[in-house]
Amino acid sequence: MPDDIAPTRHQRLGSNAGDPHSRLDGIAKITGAARYAADNAPAGLLWAVIAGAPVARGRVARLDTAAALAHPGVTHVITPENRPALHKDPDLRAALFDWKLDLLQDDRIRYAGAPMALVLAETAEAAAEGARLLAPEIEADPARIGFGDGLAFAAETVGIGAPPATAVGDVEAGFAAAAQVTEVEIETPPQYHNAMEPHAIVAQWQGERLVIDTPNQAIVMSRPSFAAYFGIPPENVHIRSPYLGGGFGSKAILNPAQILACLAARETGRPVKLVLSRAQMYGPTGHRGATRQSLRLGVDAAGRLTALSHHAVSATSSFDDFLEPAANAALNTYACPAISVSHSGSRWDIGTPGPMRAPGEATGSAALECAMDEAAHAAGLDPLDFRLRNYAETDPATGRAYSSKALRECYALGAERFGWKTRPMQPGQMRDARGRLLGWGMGTSLFPAPMFQAEARATLRADGSAVVETAASDMGQGAWTALAQIAAEGLGLDLAQVEFRSGDSELPDAGVAGGSGHTATAGSALYSAGRDVIAQLTALATADPASPLHGAGNRAVVAADGWLRIEGEDHRRESYAAILARAGRDALTGRGKGARDPAHAEARAMFSHGAVFAEVAVDPALLQIRVTRLTGAFAAGRIINPKLAESQLLGGMIWGLGFALQEEALHDRRSGRLLNADLAGYHVPVNADLAEIEALTVHEEDRFVNPLGVKGVGELGITGTAGAIANAVWHATGRRVRRFPIHPEDLA
Amino acid sequence: MTFSITLTVNGTPHHLALDDLRVTLLDLLRDRLGLTGTKKGCDRGQCGACTVLVNGRRLNACLALAAQQDGAEITTIEGLAPEGRLHPLQAAFLEHDAFQCGYCTPGQIMSAAGLIAEGADGADIERIREGMSGNLCRCGAYRGIARAVAAAAQSENGETEA
Repeated sequence: MPDDIAPTRHQRLGSNAGDPHSRLDGIAKITGAARYAADNAPAGLLWAVIAGAPVARGRVARLDTAAALAHPGVTHVITPENRPALHKDPDLRAALFDWKLDLLQDDRIRYAGAPMALVLAETAEAAAEGARLLAPEIEADPARIGFGDGLAFAAETVGIGAPPATAVGDVEAGFAAAAQVTEVEIETPPQYHNAMEPHAIVAQWQGERLVIDTPNQAIVMSRPSFAAYFGIPPENVHIRSPYLGGGFGSKAILNPAQILACLAARETGRPVKLVLSRAQMYGPTGHRGATRQSLRLGVDAAGRLTALSHHAVSATSSFDDFLEPAANAALNTYACPAISVSHSGSRWDIGTPGPMRAPGEATGSAALECAMDEAAHAAGLDPLDFRLRNYAETDPATGRAYSSKALRECYALGAERFGWKTRPMQPGQMRDARGRLLGWGMGTSLFPAPMFQAEARATLRADGSAVVETAASDMGQGAWTALAQIAAEGLGLDLAQVEFRSGDSELPDAGVAGGSGHTATAGSALYSAGRDVIAQLTALATADPASPLHGAGNRAVVAADGWLRIEGEDHRRESYAAILARAGRDALTGRGKGARDPAHAEARAMFSHGAVFAEVAVDPALLQIRVTRLTGAFAAGRIINPKLAESQLLGGMIWGLGFALQEEALHDRRSGRLLNADLAGYHVPVNADLAEIEALTVHEEDRFVNPLGVKGVGELGITGTAGAIANAVWHATGRRVRRFPIHPEDLA
Repeated sequence: MTFSITLTVNGTPHHLALDDLRVTLLDLLRDRLGLTGTKKGCDRGQCGACTVLVNGRRLNACLALAAQQDGAEITTIEGLAPEGRLHPLQAAFLEHDAFQCGYCTPGQIMSAAGLIAEGADGADIERIREGMSGNLCRCGAYRGIARAVAAAAQSENGETEA
């Protein structure tokens, strides 16, 4: 770990937050003991396999269900003809996170891979063979895929309920006043989450109760969505999701496999396990929709933006409406008196896109950072200098002050670490010892610091230890560890004295693990639950004449290491266990909520920031592109666990590398089927793609985001990185490639 | 029709009557022997999550039919270190935060064990990166993985307490 990571240990919060503690779930993960959804095998289970549509549009004329049923071990074949009724129309969206689902409601095909049938069998092998034996006869219609073939439409909302267009100031006047106008059009392809853990569910009914093992990023919130399909109350749905093998947004939204497995379990009276194949994760489980973005940047003679317009056409399915909110990146990143952002849609015969790590910000910042690089060069300015000239001291969209913003420090730290100041202005000037063309590029990282709603419970036990509970989701970001650290902080206990229970819908609602807001939201709930316990404990002690703290009055009572004491009078102290014992209590329970203070939300703009610097080496003969160095410097409020936060930031940057150079889903133009629906054809970064990579952090004190001062780091790293790499490719070769990912042949 | 095989898994001999020749080594380990530490990420040999050691060499268990493994000695993540102890690789993975979601981790660790046994790791981190590139990690814990493997390869220490 670099030596110069800013210290994040924070005295006010005591000794737990700020520790680079190794993962508390680490032993389970490195020994194979961690139980993921598909590892569950209740007695008597049936295996289910979805038979997916082989084309993107048309109808299923015939399925050979007799052949499938004749195969030894196959017990049931469910098709639209015999699919048991559902309590809710799958084409209705009842809640914010409900997508329209293909649940065998009819014989039409709306995207490749959409379920045509569900085959149940006594073994996994028999179920897979049964699905193959269905040998569908398809009446195919031409697939409409790509911006040329898609149906254009006006967007009503983008992302999750956001407005499609926003304008600040007079954009036309701004362009008229500009000394130069840079116009850039950039395309980004469909990308797929590809969590290492395929979507999986083990569903079983206990009477009218539905018990589900499935990876889920919104454990309590998703109960009503499951319940609605079966006409049962949400509290009858029990979701167990202790470990998620990666989520990246794809496990926040229900997918067809989950409902079909529950339906099959109810129909057969047996537990049902359904694990998607890797290929089946390219269709029904969401993805990052393709975008075509047009940017115009007006710049005056002093190198300052006079106007910025950003329009994105975002691809979505033929039947639902999630649009990648790509253009919104332009609203909050750079100072500019006139900004216009807008979105429109393009309907393709594909599965509906959804949130994927930094939805909108990833695609939007990739385009914006490339456009900024072009504008800087046109103005004869160093890209970092240009960004500093356009540094936003207040949020350009709202004029609000930032709750905190140490981006300037990030620029300085990252540039120093990278050695940016020796960068030649012109491209094609540098070579390495092997004769490869070297290029340096940079980008600004930006991601909102939201909070959602969460609840938590903390119970102090007679022995002075505690159990804290909230239904958080750990998909690798480190909730099991960082949230436990925060909970210990709130209770004034050492981490080892705190038992953290999580990942189960029977626990208080921790909200969604998404939007980089989970630590802030669930953490705030846990912290305040702990403070509630301490307040009750303090009341017990100070009211008890037998306690050394009796009559403390208004003097500050401090809770630390399992003791209450009066500040400045350290001899006046008593252990939690002793206070409980004398009060005759064997436990004390506190409750807490996590949500943003509405007054601060109104008054402040809240974002995490960063700066990413990239070096690429391009082989002049083969045009192979290698990222040889990546340096990121990030400011995201208080870092609870530097070790885990660094891993999150590095992971995000590696996603940026994949975005820039590798990730792209390709469709067969005729059938609409994906050509590369596997990990051999859909490239994600591998270990050898990484050379030097580092993520530095700059500490921010933030009194406004939440009492913990915590923002988020999960999605920040991908923003900025993709643009930085693309800009480095230009700097190496002089070629502006305006379509991601950048391939060697683009440089020919 | 059944097909009898004998496998030694983590030191324990198993005499198995296979009733289905389609069963892969991966599915046998997970579904019939209950060793679910080995993960299925792609079932196509493209991700490495199912890496185990077969007769000391690393293998994608999803690409091997169980019936072909008669007589083989197999080591999975559950058998890498004695109960209650950590193999130096496991300790290094924890120390270097060489994982996030943990799903690819058993395969990464078994692959690293195979790589070190192959003697191909050397002291060159670039060779470790190359040798570990059959094991995908979507969380992007690659820097930690490379560092952990390098540290374990150089470590003379035995197991540590879990």
